[in-house]
Amino acid sequence: MSRSFKTGGAPHFQPHSTISGVMLQVIFALTPAIVAHVWYFGPGILVQIILASGFALIFEALMLKVRKQPMKLFLGDFSVILTAILFALCVPPLAPWWIALTGMFFAVVIAKHLYGGLGHNLFNPAMVGYVVALISFPQAMTAWLPPSPIATEHLGLGDVLITIANGQPPGGLAWDAITEATPLDTIRNSIAAGEMASEARRSPVFGDFGGLGWEWIANWYAIGGLWLLWKRIISWHVPVTMIGSVLMLGTMAFLLDSGSNPAPLQHVFSGALMIGAFFIATDPVSGCVSNRGRLIFGAGVGIITLVIRRWGGYPDGVAFAVLLMNMAAPLIDRFTRPRIFGQ
Amino acid sequence: MVLAETCLMNPDPTAQARLAGQRLHHFHGGLRLRHNKKISCENPVEKAPLATRYFVPLLQHTGREGDATVSAGQKVLKGDQIGCFSDLGSGCIHAPTSGTVMAIAKHPISHPSGAEGRCIVIKPDGLDRWRDLAPINGWEQAPPQEIRQKIRESGIVGLGGAVFPTGYKVNEANDRGIHTLILNGSECEPYISCDEMLMRENPDSIILGARILQKAIGADRTVIAIEDQMGVVNQVLNEAVQRSGANAIEIVKVTTIYPEGGEKQLIQVLTGIEVPSGGRPTDLGLLCQNVATATAVARAVTEGKPLIERIVTVTGNGVRQPRNLLAPIGTPISNLVDQCGGYAAGAARLILGGPMMGYSLNSDSNPVIKAANCILVLTEEDIRPRQAEMPCIRCGECARVCPAILLPQQLNWSVRNGLWEDAEEYGLADCIECGCCDFVCPSHIPLVEWFRFGKTELQILARDQERAGLARQRFEAREERLARQKRDRKNRIAEKKRALSDARHKQENIEAAIERVRSRKDRES
Repeated sequence: MSRSFKTGGAPHFQPHSTISGVMLQVIFALTPAIVAHVWYFGPGILVQIILASGFALIFEALMLKVRKQPMKLFLGDFSVILTAILFALCVPPLAPWWIALTGMFFAVVIAKHLYGGLGHNLFNPAMVGYVVALISFPQAMTAWLPPSPIATEHLGLGDVLITIANGQPPGGLAWDAITEATPLDTIRNSIAAGEMASEARRSPVFGDFGGLGWEWIANWYAIGGLWLLWKRIISWHVPVTMIGSVLMLGTMAFLLDSGSNPAPLQHVFSGALMIGAFFIATDPVSGCVSNRGRLIFGAGVGIITLVIRRWGGYPDGVAFAVLLMNMAAPLIDRFTRPRIFGQ
Repeated sequence: MVLAETCLMNPDPTAQARLAGQRLHHFHGGLRLRHNKKISCENPVEKAPLATRYFVPLLQHTGREGDATVSAGQKVLKGDQIGCFSDLGSGCIHAPTSGTVMAIAKHPISHPSGAEGRCIVIKPDGLDRWRDLAPINGWEQAPPQEIRQKIRESGIVGLGGAVFPTGYKVNEANDRGIHTLILNGSECEPYISCDEMLMRENPDSIILGARILQKAIGADRTVIAIEDQMGVVNQVLNEAVQRSGANAIEIVKVTTIYPEGGEKQLIQVLTGIEVPSGGRPTDLGLLCQNVATATAVARAVTEGKPLIERIVTVTGNGVRQPRNLLAPIGTPISNLVDQCGGYAAGAARLILGGPMMGYSLNSDSNPVIKAANCILVLTEEDIRPRQAEMPCIRCGECARVCPAILLPQQLNWSVRNGLWEDAEEYGLADCIECGCCDFVCPSHIPLVEWFRFGKTELQILARDQERAGLARQRFEAREERLARQKRDRKNRIAEKKRALSDARHKQENIEAAIERVRSRKDRES
C-alpha cells in the first residue's frame, strides 16, 4: 500500500528566525538605555514610549485596514513598536502628547504605509516622525530636562503625566525652571557667544566625555548595539564607519581649531550619535544592502552629522543625516554591488 | 574583468589549481547546520530485500527520456541493458535483477515536478542471476579509451545528486586535459550519510575507483575531500591508500560548512580559485566526482557490473529505524521505509535528497533512482512554518550566507516583478539553489522557489529570443532572396530588351541595305 504526502518547496527546515523575533531582539537591546534614561531623566520616557506605541498601533491598524492587508500578521510583527520606541527616545521626556501623535502620524502613515508598508519605506520612519515634530514644534522638542544629579526639581510620575497631558508643567512651575539646555545646545550657544569650547565644557551639564547622564545612556546604547552585533542582527559596517568618521573628522577639526570645536569624544557621546550608529542608521529597510554600501552609508551619516552640528541650524544632525543618506542609499547600492562568484 | 584580477594574483589559475588540497581556503557565506547524521550511521549498510516489482524510470537525469531496448514479456538477467539515451554521450540503464519485463508503462518517476514517466516494470524471478559479466582484465594495462568506453556502457552517473553521465564527463575531461581528480566525499547536507558509510565500509573500492578514473582521464593525482566531522573515515581511507600502493592519492579534511560539498565551493576550498561563471572545473584542469561514483567505476571496470544499485540513507524523525540501505534502482521507496521499521507518528513530508536541496515526493510508490542519495521523512514538527510570508525587510542575511556572492534580496525583487534584465545582471544564473538564503530569511520568503521559477523564465526568454532571431534571419534572408530575384528578373528583362532592340536594329539594317541595293538596281536598270 503506498502512502501519499503533501509536497512543499526546499529547504524543508523551519526557517530559523522571524521578523517579530528580530524586532523584539532590537527592542530588547534598547532596554538598558531606556532604564538609564529613566535613571537620569525620570519616568517621562516610559510615558512617551507608551503614548507613541499606542498612536503607532492605531495608525498601523487603520492603514492596514485601508490597504486591505492582513491585520494580525502585521500588527504582531513589532516593527511599528520599534519605530515608536526609537521616536520616543529622541523626544524630550516631557513633550506634550500631540508631539507623539504628529510624529507617529508622519512615521507610520506617511513614511511607512504610503510608501508601501513594511520593507518598502525609503526613509527611516522614526526619523521622519522626529524631524517633522522638530520642525513643527521647535520649542517643545528642545525642552530637555537636566539630568537628575544636577536637577533642582524632581517631577514624580503624576506631575509628568499632567505635564504631558496639558503641555504645561503643573502647579505654576515655569518651563524655564525645569528645563535645561542640552550639552550640544550649550556648546553651540557658548561658541556662538564667542567662548572657547573648553570654557563651555565648564558647565555642570557635562560629564567625562559627553553630557552628564547622556554619556551613560550612550554607553548603554553601545552595549545594546554590541549585543546586536554579536547576535548578528546588525553588521559592524555602519556603526564602525559612522563613529569612525565622526572621530576622524572631529579630531581633525579639534586639532585645527580647538577653540571652536569640542573634543572628538564629546561628539561621539553626545546627542543621538550612539543610538544612531547602532539602532537607526543600521535600519536595513532604508539603508544599504551590500557591506561596501553600508560602509559608505555609515561614513556619510557621520560626516553629515558633524557638518550639521558645526555649521547647520540644529545642534544635533543625526536625524537629518540619516534621512539624507536614506535618499542616497539606492544609488550607493547600485555602485557597490558585490562581485558575483566566478565573474 | 574579475577573472583578469584573479590572473593578476596568479598568472595561471590552472597552475594554482595543481596545488589543490595543499592549503585550505574559504568560500563566501554558507551555514553551520546541525548534522543529524549520527541517527543513520549506527547500523551497517544493509542490503534491501528483493521487492515484488521494480520500476526503472527511463528518465533519470537531465536530457530527454531514454528508449526501452526491451519489450513487455521479455526475460532479462541482472545487469542486462534495458534502455538507452540518445543524448549526452549515450548513457544506458540496466536491469536491477533477473526476471520478466511486465510492461513499459507510466508510473511515478521520483521527478521534482511530480510528473509520471515511462518505467520499465520488472517482476523478479527471485534468482537474482547476473548476466555474463565482462570486466576489463588487468585494467592497469588497458588503454584509457577502453576504460572510458566501459564507464559509458555501465550507465554510471554522478551519484552525488547531479546525476550527470560520468561517461560524458570523463571523455570531455580527457579531451580538455586534466591534472587533478577531486573525489568529493564532503557530504555537507544534514541527515545524508550514504557517502560516509561507503567510505567507512568500502574504502578500497573508492581508492580503486580513484586509480581507474585517474588513468581514464590521464590525471596526475587525486585529492579525496572528506569532512572533519567524519571521525574514523580519514584513517580508514589512508589505510586503503597504503594497501593499494598508490602514491598520488591524498585525503584532505575540510571544515563542515554547508554547502561545501557543492562542486564549485569545494574547488574554491581546495584551490582558492573560483570556477569562472558559466565555466566548468575542467577549465582549471580539474575533474570532480563523487566518491560513490568512483566505487561504481571500480565495479564496472574490475567486475563488469553496471550501475544498478546504490546506497540510500533512509532517515529523519518520520522513520522508525533510520539507516543506510544498498538498494537496487527501481525499488519502490515504500519497501525501503518498511525495512526501516515503517513511518513514525507524525510523518508529514517525504523528501528525495537532503533537507536543504532535496525535493518532496507526493507518494512513496516513487522508485529509487540513480540520484537518490537520501530518503528523508520529516514530521509535522520539523517543517511547520513559524509565521506566514512577510515582505522583505532587506536585512541582508541572505547576502551574507550566499556562497555565490549574490544579493538574493535584489534578485527576489527582480524576479517577482519580472525585471528579467535586472535578474540576469544580478546573476540569477549563478545561483546554485543551495537554500541558504531561504533558511536564514526572517520574512520566510521562498527565495529558492522564486529563483528556480526565474531561471526557467530566463531560459524561455532566451529560447524565444533565439527563435525570434532565427525568424528574423529567415525573414531577412527571404527579403534578400526576393530582392535578388526581382533584381535578376529586371536584369533579365533589360537584357532581353537590349537583345531584342539589337535584333530589331539588325533587321532594320538588313532591310535598309536591301532597300539600298534594290534602289540602286532600279537606278541602274
